[in-house]
Amino acid sequence: MSKEQAPLWEVFVRARRGLSHTHVGSLHAPDAELALRNARDLYTRRQEGVSIWVVPAAAITASSPDEKDAFFDPAADKVYRHPTFYEVPDGVAHL
Amino acid sequence: MYGNDFSAEDAPGGGLLGEVEAAEAALRAAAERGRRGGPAPDEDLAAYFAAVVDADQKIEPRDWMPEAYRKTLIRQIAQHAHSEIIGMQPEGNWISRAPSLKRKAILLAKVQDEAGHGLYLYAAAETLGVSREELVDLLLSGRQKYSSIFNYPTLTWADVGAIGWLVDGAAIVNQVPLCRCSYGPYARAMIRVCKEESFHQRQGYEILHTLAHGTPAQKAMAQDAVDRWWYPSLAMFGPPDTDSTHSAQSMAWKIKRFSNDELRQRFVDMCVQQAEVLGLTIPDPDLRWNDERQSYDFTQPDYAELMRVISGDGPCNRQRMAHRRAAHSEGAWVREAAAAYAAKRAQQQKEKVAA
Repeated sequence: MSKEQAPLWEVFVRARRGLSHTHVGSLHAPDAELALRNARDLYTRRQEGVSIWVVPAAAITASSPDEKDAFFDPAADKVYRHPTFYEVPDGVAHL
Repeated sequence: MYGNDFSAEDAPGGGLLGEVEAAEAALRAAAERGRRGGPAPDEDLAAYFAAVVDADQKIEPRDWMPEAYRKTLIRQIAQHAHSEIIGMQPEGNWISRAPSLKRKAILLAKVQDEAGHGLYLYAAAETLGVSREELVDLLLSGRQKYSSIFNYPTLTWADVGAIGWLVDGAAIVNQVPLCRCSYGPYARAMIRVCKEESFHQRQGYEILHTLAHGTPAQKAMAQDAVDRWWYPSLAMFGPPDTDSTHSAQSMAWKIKRFSNDELRQRFVDMCVQQAEVLGLTIPDPDLRWNDERQSYDFTQPDYAELMRVISGDGPCNRQRMAHRRAAHSEGAWVREAAAAYAAKRAQQQKEKVAA
């Protein structure tokens, strides 16, 4: 019996044309090709997707939830990035 | 309808599937509401955790959580996964003997789904920091249990119908509220599982309906299956609330939403009308409508039997475990070959890059 656990892969599925790939879950597989085949059998048994990505979980770098404030704060003080920041004068169309 | 913490009336589709969709919509809505990421630097972690749970937000894998919450979830999700894996056996027993090619194909697809459910759930458990190998080992060594129901034998083809209708039906009643569990990966896995389970329940019901409207012998076979599976199905909801050890804390953490007895009652109320349509009798002479409670009074399952079966003394415990261990060890060469092939390919790739 192999002592080493096959690596973990994260699975992303594009449900339909025009949508982005969305994370659906994970699985174990020894290599990318088998990960893809297993993902097809596990996550798209009911035509849930038209395209699958598999990514080695070890290759993902994630932000940590406890860094939230420091990490995402720079976005909070840039309200001018949202269109709602701007006041549109009455009577202007197509803006 | 079955839920009381949300309205099912306006749920798309109605019924149990509607509730699953409502749970999915609630999950999205909670995500929309939630603007909280992690705790503030000086915030008390336990208070932060409680605030997230109270706000019906999901706890995610990298969040801080109480150690007991993590342990409870690992135990519950793992046992749930083990049940899906062992649950393949009673029905797998009938794949080669199903009465038509269509029925064989359907049963094969159903058993494949059970394997899939086991894998979704193992993956959810792994996000809590336990490895797949440990989980498999906990099952094979008998240190963790699976649902007692799978220790009963499938004696006739009608049993496959009864399992779909009653066992999967009871499982769905148990599992639909888990779609709203406070732990994100478990809730999401349960939404997938429940959507697929409803096919299982309907295919079982259809098998029984066909038999119950067939020859007298076929109808008798269907009735016999219902007679044998009814009480074990009621026992699937676990011991009565007065004896249930984990309930209160799990409710507070929003892992569990309803007590064992509430869910059992809901299941009974749901089955009575379905049995009438089948033209089969639920084997309980004391089953009757209670106008005051707006529910059916019914005979409780034999909880002493439940405890015996859980502790290993059911009709098929040894057979199920022996089969699972054999399947695992007989599959070892496949895992080894795949690992060897992957290692060889990686080596070749390395040499190609070096050259």
